[in-house]
Amino acid sequence: MPHFDATTFASQLFWLAVTFVTLYILMSKVALPRISDILEERQRRISDDLDMAERLKAETEAAIATYEKALAAARTSAQAEISRAMEANAAEAAARHAEMDAVLAAKITESEARIHAARHEALAEVNGIAADVAAAIVERIADVKADADTVAPVVAAVAKERGL
Amino acid sequence: MASPIEQFAIKPIVPIHVGGVDISFTNSALYMVIAVVVATVFLTGAMSKRALIPGRLQSVVEMIFEFVANMLRTNAGSGSQKYFPFIFTLFMFVLVGNLLGLTPYSFTYTSHIIVTAGLACLVFVGVTIIGFAKHGAGYLRMFFPHGAPIILAPILVPIELVSYLSRPFSLSVRLAANMTVGHIMLKVIATFVISLGVLGILPFAGIMGVTILELGIACLQAYIFTVLSCIYLHDALHLH
Repeated sequence: MPHFDATTFASQLFWLAVTFVTLYILMSKVALPRISDILEERQRRISDDLDMAERLKAETEAAIATYEKALAAARTSAQAEISRAMEANAAEAAARHAEMDAVLAAKITESEARIHAARHEALAEVNGIAADVAAAIVERIADVKADADTVAPVVAAVAKERGL
Repeated sequence: MASPIEQFAIKPIVPIHVGGVDISFTNSALYMVIAVVVATVFLTGAMSKRALIPGRLQSVVEMIFEFVANMLRTNAGSGSQKYFPFIFTLFMFVLVGNLLGLTPYSFTYTSHIIVTAGLACLVFVGVTIIGFAKHGAGYLRMFFPHGAPIILAPILVPIELVSYLSRPFSLSVRLAANMTVGHIMLKVIATFVISLGVLGILPFAGIMGVTILELGIACLQAYIFTVLSCIYLHDALHLH
């Protein structure tokens, strides 16, 4: 077998040494630094991007917190404003209500007095009319000319008797 | 018909003799040079764009780089990073040699025991020097497992010594034998394709399968050679 032909060993070992050392130099000085440069650059870019994303996320969260705080403050002050306005309205309404009540009560009292007077007046007139009617009836039935002054006390007495 | 082992013949291309030693530039040397050129052009060419988002070729190169880097990190542990260029060169030299050998009419320099022995001895001597440089005489503890009873020393020390010294042999023979056998098998099946005439289609189908298998073996043997070197390096750096 050619594998065990010792006359070729020197040549093979010599060229193995030459080519292996050449490849080692090419790899360690050219190829490997180039590859590891790119890999490191990529790693650096990725971690930079991740850092940036982290920072932006923190900023966003801070902005959201500020917004939430402002919103809560606005909500509280609006609530206070609303309740103050409602109280003011309620007070005003109560005042107007009381005023109106007073006016109405005065009107009612006045009206009642007027009704009372009118009723008295009307009742008084009723007695007069009744007397006239009674005189007329007496004249038609008995053909007696009844004097108004005579009839009136009688009618009044009857009315009193009947509770009118 | 040519003999199946004729493909392994060393043929001088440029005869060189220095001081009575034959260091002719042979077909083996030619393929070593081609391997260096192919490896360098592939690795630097694919990275020439220096793209942040890699293309196909650049991805392949980065995968090989990460693969060897992980292999070294997991098998040789801490303090092994400065040997990365050597381990990477070793991997590429064996891998490209194995794969170039599968090209028809080419020569497989990794099938020659003297080449793999040269590489294995380089690893063995280097690892031994690193071990003694790092641990001094303490590196001799390699030959006596920690915690074993001292009475067993007369048995354990020779066993460990033999297993240590046999490393370069197993390393070199494994690679050379795998490459030689694979190529002989391809050649033998290929002769059947011719001799069986029309029925030669059957061994032809077989040869395609075996070629795929050999591609796998080419990569696997490069991996095994390198990973064992890493494990030996681990022993030298961290003892057992």
